[in-house]
Amino acid sequence: MDLHWLSIDEASRRLDAREISSRELTKAVLDRIEAVDGRVGAYLSLAAESALESADAADKRRSDGERGSLLGIPVALKDVLSKRGLPTTCGSRMLESYVPPYDATVVELLDRAGAVVLGKTNMDEFAMGSSTENSAYHPTHNPWDLERVPGGSSGGSAAAVAAGEATFALGSDTGGSIRQPAALCGVVGMKPTYGRVSRFGLVAFASSLDQIGPFTRTVRDTATVLNAICGHDKRDSTSAPVDVPDFTVGLDRGVQGLRIGVPREYMPSSLDAGVRAKVEAALSAFESQGAIIERDVPLPSTEAALAVYYIIAPSEASANLARYDGVKYGFSYTQGKTMWENMEMTRGQGFGAEVKRRIMIGTYALSSGYYDAYYLKAQKVRTVIRNEFDAAFEKYDVLVSPVTPTPAFKIGEKANDPYAMYLNDVFTLPVNIAGLPGISVPAGLVDGLPVGLQVIGKPFDEEAVLRVASAFEAASGWQDQHPPL
Amino acid sequence: MTTTTPATRYETVIGLETHVQLLTERKMFCDCSAAYADAPPNTHVCPVCMALPGVLPVMNRKAVEFTIMTGLALNCEIPPFAKFDRKNYPYPDLLKGYQISQFDMPSTQNGWVEVQVEGEEPRRVGITRAHLEEDTARLTHKEGADGESYSLIDMNRSGVPLMEVVTDPDMRSAEEAREYLLKLRQILRYMGVSNANMEEGNFRCDANISLRPVGSAEYGAKVEIKNMNSFSAVYNAIQYEVRRQTEELDAGRVIAQETRGWVEDVNEAFGSDFAKGSTVSQRSKEGAHDYRYFPEPDLPPLTVDLSYVEKIRAALPELPDAKRARFQSEFGLSLYDANLLVETRAKAAFFEEAVAAIEDPTDAGRLRFARLIANWMIGDFTRLLNANETELADSRVTPKRLYAMISLIEQGTITGASAKSVFEEVFRTGGDPAAIVKDLGLEQIGGSDEISQIVDKVIEANPKPVADYRAGKQEAVKFLVGMSMRETKGRANPATLTEILKQKLEA
Ligand SMILES: [Zn+2]
Repeated sequence: MDLHWLSIDEASRRLDAREISSRELTKAVLDRIEAVDGRVGAYLSLAAESALESADAADKRRSDGERGSLLGIPVALKDVLSKRGLPTTCGSRMLESYVPPYDATVVELLDRAGAVVLGKTNMDEFAMGSSTENSAYHPTHNPWDLERVPGGSSGGSAAAVAAGEATFALGSDTGGSIRQPAALCGVVGMKPTYGRVSRFGLVAFASSLDQIGPFTRTVRDTATVLNAICGHDKRDSTSAPVDVPDFTVGLDRGVQGLRIGVPREYMPSSLDAGVRAKVEAALSAFESQGAIIERDVPLPSTEAALAVYYIIAPSEASANLARYDGVKYGFSYTQGKTMWENMEMTRGQGFGAEVKRRIMIGTYALSSGYYDAYYLKAQKVRTVIRNEFDAAFEKYDVLVSPVTPTPAFKIGEKANDPYAMYLNDVFTLPVNIAGLPGISVPAGLVDGLPVGLQVIGKPFDEEAVLRVASAFEAASGWQDQHPPL
Repeated sequence: MTTTTPATRYETVIGLETHVQLLTERKMFCDCSAAYADAPPNTHVCPVCMALPGVLPVMNRKAVEFTIMTGLALNCEIPPFAKFDRKNYPYPDLLKGYQISQFDMPSTQNGWVEVQVEGEEPRRVGITRAHLEEDTARLTHKEGADGESYSLIDMNRSGVPLMEVVTDPDMRSAEEAREYLLKLRQILRYMGVSNANMEEGNFRCDANISLRPVGSAEYGAKVEIKNMNSFSAVYNAIQYEVRRQTEELDAGRVIAQETRGWVEDVNEAFGSDFAKGSTVSQRSKEGAHDYRYFPEPDLPPLTVDLSYVEKIRAALPELPDAKRARFQSEFGLSLYDANLLVETRAKAAFFEEAVAAIEDPTDAGRLRFARLIANWMIGDFTRLLNANETELADSRVTPKRLYAMISLIEQGTITGASAKSVFEEVFRTGGDPAAIVKDLGLEQIGGSDEISQIVDKVIEANPKPVADYRAGKQEAVKFLVGMSMRETKGRANPATLTEILKQKLEA
């Protein structure tokens, strides 16, 4: 098998056996990027030279006797994660020239584990979007059909892993930004429980919803990456002081006796027939493996989740993005007559349309006279949504659903219809609202395009989610399917 | 200055908001040192307080503790839950574009502090709340060679813990407002939670002032006064504003709710009874910012359990009011003297240490010594400190030395007159009073023989005054006593000396 298709698991086995070196592996992935990224557009910036240096350092560590699942493994970082010395644009003109002087906690952890950073991947500007079309630089193309979107906002990371341009990648998920592109690109993508992974160094979109997670080509690899990046961080007060288990341990236990619920509202009549069939197939597989399946589990407030999300996320964003004023870093308009004119023009020209739309929505929702009707009410409904999940999890170990209502759509198809775009995330964003762990695992192809199965778990019960996802992966036989690039 | 309370038609209503920089080692939300006073610009900074993309705040527990201490000292409730909020407004000195503050669930609320204007009864000023927030960066406005103006940003101050103490609209005069601020400063300094120095900018006060007809229950339109950088500025600005609003109301005009800035040294606005300066309109409140407060998602709510609060309460130092009352009852000091002694914690501690050194076992003796210690501290000691622009803490006089010197007077080793010289020497050198007395030869002349000899010499050398006295001119004795005291270098007991002198003149 080509080195660029190796899973983390297989690559580290071969590295340990001295069959390959990290330099060879890294070089192979860089060659793959060279070969296909002109068509895919997964990366915003590459760090080939430093990647090879890191690879050599990893090889040295290994020859010194060190072992580690991520030692010498090439990784791509969504361009919203700070890595000292590498540009961190967030897909925005605003930060075109910004290079952070510090490492995000996850970057530090990956560095400690010896992972090799290849570069930064494309994304919707400030993680706002579901197609990566909102990147200020270029769109990313779905490796399965270059005319289609890879999903978003972490579309670059999903496409990179799907196209063999990275052994794994990190993304961020605020309303589905890992799971949705993972589904559309046919890779595994997971959003851990809110508080599982430190957000320090993740450029904030919506602080109470953002969570960092991995893209991999196998469920086991996701567990391996989680082992490296999860854990309490004193620099993030919202990171949970909760023990981190070895997530790879229970993967193969199967679903025998597990209670699996299927939320009624996540299987609407409008659901794409192909997507529905894939979910049904998954349920049959679980049933045949001894799981107890319960359909029609009520999550009645699901419909309100979209509204709740589009009040809370823009509200938080309106404050989080206030720091981009051209005074300290990044894009700065300087031709104005007054300081205020410079600040306004900086924001007017530095931000794209979707970012401006959300800043305005958030500013409006927080304004005096509207706060109670919008922000406060949204927080109350958020509690209701959480309670409904809590009630469901009293009966079920996990919930299972489609990730998206349809497979990948064409580039440009929804670009001028924000609401149609927002509907892409109806099955994923309630999971962020409730702070739960959720995974997207490949469920097969519909008309040649990948779709995903979502498994949602109780807070801090990533183990159950991974166990169910792993069982499904084994049954689906998806592994080793690659796009025809 | 005369009190210039306007005619009794209107009642003055004053509320104060005071921003207090806390004396924590670290900044509010990062590990940078908060002691930036003499540091070069932008040296006490990190990604967090520079608001780089992706950073997160981590709360400084010490700042919370200082706020709770303050709340307890101001008789506040300490709610079991508090939270932080984002206060949104754009300004280049606010690097995140929002300030982390406490909006509707502050760490302390509903307290009071007693203040007393001299000659009036003590009154309680309600404390609405004392909450935590963070300071901004510092802007310096400059003009370049080309005449274009620009600004420099120093981020050292960005994120320094700031506590805002807000009063109810309970004060009724500029005097009362000043007393409140002095009291607040005193309490903060006692607890060591702030330097509370207005001129250094770590104790900053805004005043809300309105007038209403006497007897009215409703408040008038509130004017907020900013830019008051000293206690006298606060006093003068309030005096000015009360007078201005009085004139407006008298002229039948409506007071606009607005923010005004105090500008000193413009002109004499209301005649020589007033300090030079005036308040100038800055912006009207109607167009004021909507701060769009919402809960800070990066910081979990604060839970404050009772045992933690009680631990802080138990560790509070004795506060000035309690100390003053104790000094009065324990040592029989007057209210005035006790107030002077508790002015600072250092002064009170000096007094207590000196008192602890008293060896006289009788109650009467102890009280007598305590009063003498108080007198010396309030009198000569304070005078010398002021004259030498020295702080008590930097003085060479120790409590034990002061007591030792007072003992020498009480034992009759030195006279009161000599004591002044001895104390000046102790102040100058920090030396042992007994040794100084010996060095300077200031032991009191005990034997009447020695005094007798000196008096004889003086009588012989001054025949004219002697003759005058003997001719019935009683005042002439004063001159002769003075001459004799000079001969003894003040070492003789003046009463004994006068006695002997008179005996000899009348013999
Ligand atoms: Zn800092």
